[in-house]
Amino acid sequence: MLDDFFIRALLAGLGVAIVTGPLGCFVIWRRLSYFGDTLAHSALLGVTLAYTMEFNIAFSVFIISSLIALILIQLQKRTNLPGDALLGLLAHSSLAVGLVVIGFLTFIRFDIMGLLFGDILAVTVDDLLIIWIGGPLIILVLKLIWKPLFASTVNYELAEAEGLNPDRAKAIFTILMAGIIAISIKMVGLLLITGMLIIPAAMARNISDSPQKMVVYSIIGGVLSVILGLFSSLEFNTSSGPSIIAAALFLFILSLLNIKQSIKLKN
Amino acid sequence: MSSNQNILVKLKQAGFRINDKWLVKGVTLQIEKGKIVTLIGPNGSGKSTTAKIALGIYKKIDGEVEKYTNKIGYVPQKISIDWTLPLRVNDFMTLTENLKAETINEALSLTGVIHLKDKNLGDLSGGEFQRVLLARAISKKPELLVLDEPVQGVDFTGEIALYELIKKISDELNCGILLISHDLHTVMSATDHVVCLNGHVCCSGTPIDVAKNNEYKALFGEQASQILTRYEHRHDHIHTSEGEIKKN
Repeated sequence: MLDDFFIRALLAGLGVAIVTGPLGCFVIWRRLSYFGDTLAHSALLGVTLAYTMEFNIAFSVFIISSLIALILIQLQKRTNLPGDALLGLLAHSSLAVGLVVIGFLTFIRFDIMGLLFGDILAVTVDDLLIIWIGGPLIILVLKLIWKPLFASTVNYELAEAEGLNPDRAKAIFTILMAGIIAISIKMVGLLLITGMLIIPAAMARNISDSPQKMVVYSIIGGVLSVILGLFSSLEFNTSSGPSIIAAALFLFILSLLNIKQSIKLKN
Repeated sequence: MSSNQNILVKLKQAGFRINDKWLVKGVTLQIEKGKIVTLIGPNGSGKSTTAKIALGIYKKIDGEVEKYTNKIGYVPQKISIDWTLPLRVNDFMTLTENLKAETINEALSLTGVIHLKDKNLGDLSGGEFQRVLLARAISKKPELLVLDEPVQGVDFTGEIALYELIKKISDELNCGILLISHDLHTVMSATDHVVCLNGHVCCSGTPIDVAKNNEYKALFGEQASQILTRYEHRHDHIHTSEGEIKKN
């Protein structure tokens, strides 16, 4: 069964969607969408590193993304620049450096389009293993830090005062973000990973009234997007990554109908 | 030694500064089980800062803080909750600790907001939200309760009722309370110790007993004067607009 490229693609997509669901909720709640973008852009550097040093791609993307997150935290402490400027600086310079390095590596043929927009149909059994071991691991760690992370998302000082150690939760969450980018880069590509994080969660926000519900709907939305996107990419012969994101957007638009109704009810 | 075991948190010459600007310095106070300490002082005098030092929110401080409990309930002065979060009162109650449904109901009933249990936090009025904040802080049955202007936005009758409730909680849970008052002179009569701040400790002492004072009875009304009181004090120094301290 795993011999079929489409089954592999589907399994990879579903594995990623289950993880991006809850992480995406936190990305929205904590206003981290641009942070996710920055980590994703830096992933290109990780990919080039993987090719030159003959590392595993997911592993080296994880290392580079974590490193960029660390540099960001240091820059935030040591400069007076606003957060979004620092994020832009890191995102675009790491993307640029990654592309420059690719230019030097003339002896390797890169599928740039695949890196930027994903090549889920080229998913190997090894990739599946990484997704289905790494994914549940991310979920498990997120479940462990849920309380302090969520409490500090609502109010940092409350969490700190009542002894929940929000700084540690935030640091661990950053590592989880690097992790999800590492395991999903092949599926949606580095330009679209943030979309996979944000759009299903945004859809879920429109139809939920509690954080738990939002997480569940976000997972369901991601899973549906993957199924819809992959089947339509097979049908219309379109790239898999953009098709999945477009499907997510379609679900988001549907969820807007729900908002209209609830506003009407309130009036 | 028995009195030592009652100490929950102790500040010794504690101070906090951002860059070179002192928000507060030289604060020495202690909070014991079953006692209420009230902080008063003008805006910007360092009341909230002192509370945050005691809570351990500010870590790089001058002086010393010794904390002997981890069971803390906190009602912050300003809480900016992002309303993009889908959060109902019921979810908010279990924010830092998992609680049984009956514990949640009990706390919400005590502060008079049980009917709001399934409402979205963003839909509450200022006074309602303040009552929810207080309910959340007491529902954990903390040993130390830090209340930063807990009755702001609550109407006067409600204010008296909440102060009565705070007194009751202090008696029932035997917890220590650090209360920050938004009024310069009015404090709870149950207060054991008043500390007046203005960048440093200006003075401290016990409030006078007004329940017996007819003038204040007339001022606050019969019921209120049993729960509120005046902290009459004069300072031996003044703060100039340049921030210097002059002796009278």
